[in-house]
Amino acid sequence: MWLVNSSIGRKVVMSISGTALVLFLLFHAAMNLVAIISEDGYNMICEFLGANWYALVATAGLAFLVVVHILYAFYITMQNYRARGKERYAVSARQADVEWSSKNMLALGVIIVLGLGLHLFNFWYKMQFTEIMHMAGASAGDIALATDGVYWIKETFSQWYYVVLYLVWLGALWFHLTHGVWSALHTLGLNNNTWMPRVKCISNIVSTLVVLMFASVVVYYFVISLI
Amino acid sequence: MEKAINITLKVWRQAGPKAKGGFETYELKNISTDSSFLEMLDVLNEQLVSERKEPIAFDHDCREGICGMCSLYINGHPHGPDAAVTTCQLHMRKFKDGDTITVEPWRSNAFPVIKDLMVDRGAYDKIIQAGGFVSVNTGGVPDANAIPIPKKDADEAMDAASCIGCGACAAACKNGSAMLFVAAKVSQLALLPQGRVEAAARAKAMVAKMDELGFGNCTNTGACAAECPKSVSLSNIARLNREFLCAKFKD
Ligand code: HEM
Ligand code: SF4
Ligand code: FES
Repeated sequence: MWLVNSSIGRKVVMSISGTALVLFLLFHAAMNLVAIISEDGYNMICEFLGANWYALVATAGLAFLVVVHILYAFYITMQNYRARGKERYAVSARQADVEWSSKNMLALGVIIVLGLGLHLFNFWYKMQFTEIMHMAGASAGDIALATDGVYWIKETFSQWYYVVLYLVWLGALWFHLTHGVWSALHTLGLNNNTWMPRVKCISNIVSTLVVLMFASVVVYYFVISLI
Repeated sequence: MEKAINITLKVWRQAGPKAKGGFETYELKNISTDSSFLEMLDVLNEQLVSERKEPIAFDHDCREGICGMCSLYINGHPHGPDAAVTTCQLHMRKFKDGDTITVEPWRSNAFPVIKDLMVDRGAYDKIIQAGGFVSVNTGGVPDANAIPIPKKDADEAMDAASCIGCGACAAACKNGSAMLFVAAKVSQLALLPQGRVEAAARAKAMVAKMDELGFGNCTNTGACAAECPKSVSLSNIARLNREFLCAKFKD
């Protein structure tokens, strides 16, 4: 199967799974913004996207994408490490037009996974997971709060250390995406000399947009908790 | 401007493919800043021969930037710190009096060291053999103007064709990927009508050979294009991806 056996095929899997995750993030971040505009509106979304079948199937699909992206990331990075050979250069200089993030995609990815773990514990576990457990008849967590997204946002971001952790996490995401988005297009062959500066610009805009949308909610609720 | 400089060289010495290598340090006095990097190494080798020591083995041939034989990793850059030149075109005026210069062979699993600074780049030849050609029936030479080719395509094909197969791209790449080389070769032929006919089969065959030889997966870091002595553009890699994907989807 060429999606596993060929280098370009493997990169296509990275590219498609990565792009799908970026689209999800855009969607997710747009919904988070609602929490700043209207608390009730946000909780309505939480209820709507709770433990119904559509949302569950979408969550499972998302989890699958994340797993594929991570497995391929480690596989590709391992192969690349080996392709470099046993002897390493004694001196290596950096080139001006090589982005720092492009050389540290795996490390940035690992930070993103750790952040994701924290995030799932902070929110998903207390919301959708609690709902699922209740549907299954168990009595984990507090079902009354399971769709009260705003409660959990306030709870989490009133603690300064969560604010710091989330901002670091978003920083890593920004670096990952500034390279990731244009690289994904390039991998699919959607680039040429004219478009090179444009795809890089699109990449910066998309990553900044995603990160700013998420960060604004974190900062907004932290400031609210102070006053 | 200084006319002559004194430098310290740290050179990778390795007796053979299986032998253990290491750095040797050499002091060089009175090197003309007008000499090329390879001429400087010639001076060093003369010095070593007169001391009855083994001279340093390094690849070179044309010494004018067209054959792609010279291949030294100098101070962390393939072909040295200067942009868009080969090692043989690098001049000693790019260095300062008292500099320590570290010289290493290309490092890549697919380019094993033969001796000292010389590596086996046969892997690139194998990739060319897999598809980097056009099949033509012999016969009368067709008129050069018989097939009109848009200027833009001709220019891009020529830019890609300027690749001299030196291997700096794979040597510079943190992923040990040969994509810029393969992309240049695939592009140069795919852009022209004569090469278009076999474009799909060529892309598949050359990529398959590249993977088989153990080159890495390209993650578009761009170190290759930044270090390429012929300034082959990164966009060629997008074209290779496109050619390869179209070929696969047609299957
Ligand atoms: C929110 C989560 C993530 C998003 C949106 C995302 C997005 C992307 C995108 C768009 C690419 C470019 C694909 C390409 O070049 O063809 C990429 C590449 C990559 N990602 Fe992620 N990623 C995420 C999480 C992760 C995680 C968790 C890891 C690893 C543990 C990871 C590791 C990598 C690696 C190693 C690459 C390859 C470098 C490259 O191709 O340029 N990513 N990612
Ligand atoms: S693409 Fe550039 S660096 Fe790579 S082999 Fe060709 S000339 Fe050398
Ligand atoms: S010796 Fe021919 S390119 Fe340098």
